[in-house]
Amino acid sequence: MSNNLALKKGLDIPVKGAAAREVIKTVSADIVAVKPTDFKGLVPRLLVKEGDHVLAGSPVMADKMRPEILFTSPVSGTVNQIVRGEKRKLLAVLVKADGKQESVDFGAKAPETAADAKQLLLNTGLWGALIQRPYGILAGLDVTPKAIFVSSFSTAPLAADTDFTLDGKLLDIQAGVNLLSKIAPVHLSYNKAVEASTLFHKVENAVLHVVSGKHPAGNVGVQISHIAPIQKGETVWTVSPLLLAAIGHVVNTGKLDLSRKVAVTGPAAEKTGYVCCYPGTPVKEITPVMQDVRVIGGDVLTGENLGAEGYLGFFQDQLTLLREGYEREWFGWAKPFRPKVHSASWCYFSWLTPGKKYDMDTNLHGGPRAFVETKCFEDVTPMDIFPIYLIKACLAGDIEKMEKFGIYEVLPEDLALCDYVDPSKNEIQAIIQKGIDLMIKEMA
Amino acid sequence: MADEKKPGLFEKGGKLYWLHSSIDAFDTFLRVPGTVTAKGAHVRDGIDLKRVMIMVVIALVPAALFGMYNVGLQTSTLYNLDWGFWHMFWYGLLRMLPLFVVSYAVGLAIEFGSAQIRGEEVNEGYLVTGFLIPLIVPVDVPLWMLALAVAFSVIFVKEVFGGTGMNIWNPALVARAFLFFSYPSSMSGSSVWVSKTWVGALKDVDAVSAATPLAIAHDGGMAGLDSAGYSFMDMFWGFIPGSTGETCVVAILLGALLLVWTGVASWKIMVSSVAGGLLVGWLGQLAGATELPCYYQLVMGGFLFGSVFMATDPVTAAQTETGKWIYGFLVGALAVVVRLWNPGYMEGMMLAILFMNTMAPLIDHCVVSAHTSRRAKKALTA
Repeated sequence: MSNNLALKKGLDIPVKGAAAREVIKTVSADIVAVKPTDFKGLVPRLLVKEGDHVLAGSPVMADKMRPEILFTSPVSGTVNQIVRGEKRKLLAVLVKADGKQESVDFGAKAPETAADAKQLLLNTGLWGALIQRPYGILAGLDVTPKAIFVSSFSTAPLAADTDFTLDGKLLDIQAGVNLLSKIAPVHLSYNKAVEASTLFHKVENAVLHVVSGKHPAGNVGVQISHIAPIQKGETVWTVSPLLLAAIGHVVNTGKLDLSRKVAVTGPAAEKTGYVCCYPGTPVKEITPVMQDVRVIGGDVLTGENLGAEGYLGFFQDQLTLLREGYEREWFGWAKPFRPKVHSASWCYFSWLTPGKKYDMDTNLHGGPRAFVETKCFEDVTPMDIFPIYLIKACLAGDIEKMEKFGIYEVLPEDLALCDYVDPSKNEIQAIIQKGIDLMIKEMA
Repeated sequence: MADEKKPGLFEKGGKLYWLHSSIDAFDTFLRVPGTVTAKGAHVRDGIDLKRVMIMVVIALVPAALFGMYNVGLQTSTLYNLDWGFWHMFWYGLLRMLPLFVVSYAVGLAIEFGSAQIRGEEVNEGYLVTGFLIPLIVPVDVPLWMLALAVAFSVIFVKEVFGGTGMNIWNPALVARAFLFFSYPSSMSGSSVWVSKTWVGALKDVDAVSAATPLAIAHDGGMAGLDSAGYSFMDMFWGFIPGSTGETCVVAILLGALLLVWTGVASWKIMVSSVAGGLLVGWLGQLAGATELPCYYQLVMGGFLFGSVFMATDPVTAAQTETGKWIYGFLVGALAVVVRLWNPGYMEGMMLAILFMNTMAPLIDHCVVSAHTSRRAKKALTA
């Protein structure tokens, strides 16, 4: 039995450079990074020193406040370097891979109780895969979530196709769902567009939801807000399908395998396609990066600017390459036609060419202003909230109003399209994150 | 150090850096800034406020062009000058030009000055305001009055609140209201609507009275309109005395089409405002307050111009979609209420919009409160 969820509002941003469903290469990197910055709300404590030998699944760091939460190496090898930034902030642990990929044996056994399930997640370093809402932080240890949500697909621009990246991993996914369902009921959604072919509709032991609509219909937060909105005092967890399969793999084989197919996408990518590698692989080994090109770990709306010298993040299964938009177009705003620029607004003529993909760059296309247009936010936010009021409450730091206007239901990614469409060029995601940070501080 | 680049004249550290707001304004007017995204979404929509504002200006162009022609037409008809089409248009254009120049010069000077003081970029909101103001005042209004009104409204209605996007009232309408209450003799009555100041032959001729149909209908009803020779179609096409931009329904509807098409202005406000005006006009007819059919209210005075270009200002209108229906309806209804049940002052649109600008946050507050309490109830039952 599955439930239908058809969302009307939203926007698919037509960026050029989708990845075809083929693996273009497999990278076994020499150096792999474990980055504490991948996890929101983590204050890391280092567990290894340079020269230590680690296996795939050996802990390299833990949460300072909750030392049970471990973060493990994805590969076997030797700890090569501890990278620190300002004020000795731990930025990354670099592991020199030995190429043998020996793994800690966690025992191939399905956990019987919630406590066993949690313990396995903690030991393997996959606890970090659980994201707790509200606030989008590391899952709490003694929290019993209302439910665990998995959105099996992403509608984000050029996102990796999970039916391709997880092809053949149905058993792992099922084992992952079984494990999580010991902790709380699991809700899994899949895309109506691929209803007949998707491997996810065969998953058992979970409440299935069929979702259709433009981006952000694939965002788990948007789905939650329609399936079971988060109220004050409630918590839910979410897991990405990629890491759900990794959880299941540990259950089935006893070994940690974080390898993944990463979609290399974007108009500035030399070659698009999928690359097999581990998280923490240097960007340069995954794809060549040219001058003045931004490498984004993730999609163009919510991704992280990794830099050409960066490393693929724990959660990421996509790289997007974009030209930096330093060029200055003469009379850009006044030209009747700007065929190279996309606009969701009908003030330009993009609506005439709905199928066209654009060679987008990172130009802001304007200067920051006060809020003027407001309906544009509502048009791309398929949730039962007033985006502009939530945004203003966050700006004002008014806790009570943030609560009233739905701060518990959103993460910045759910309002990422507002960043895109706003003619006043406000940084909506940053504003929401600031609001969330304030909530965490005040409600603690 | 030798290889250290010296800052440019207008860059930070340069001698004329203090002028950077103004320089940036010209620079970004000519070329899209080369700024790249620093946080949040890495790609952005091509739209910016300049584009939004220019759309409104383009939407105003048909009304402005017709208005120029009509300025000449009214003068020519009233004083039996027998001008040709281009003569009429040319006269109107020349007559309107100083109004535009003064409106933009004074308004932009203040905008640039306050942007300098705040060290921010110059906002483009005045592009629209500056275009609107000459269209909603009598064409012969003395330029110094116009300058004063513009200065008042830009400083006290916009800049003190923080500039474009922060104001409570529509600045163009406040400029008009300022003129109306400070210099009523130049703003109302029956001799201000037809221009004669620039016609040499009329130098010593006394101004002939030419009341607007709205005023005539107010005093004389249907019979008054008939004896003045104003038919419904005259008013629909706009061959009547009035503020320059407000007379031609067709030109305003063309603008409305563009605004609705591009999504810059809310069609909900336009539709509900017209509905409000029609309803009250109809009730007024039933109650005997007027003998005019309700649709006459739409074609007389500034009703339609206000509904399309003024009430829909996204900054000062209601911001919630439900709120827009309520806000628009009340604008239209109140405007006609003032027209029908007010002995002295027949053009209610200006005050109706300004009043509803004031009430818009309250409407939004009610809509949002209703929504949040519904959400809270849903949470309890879930």
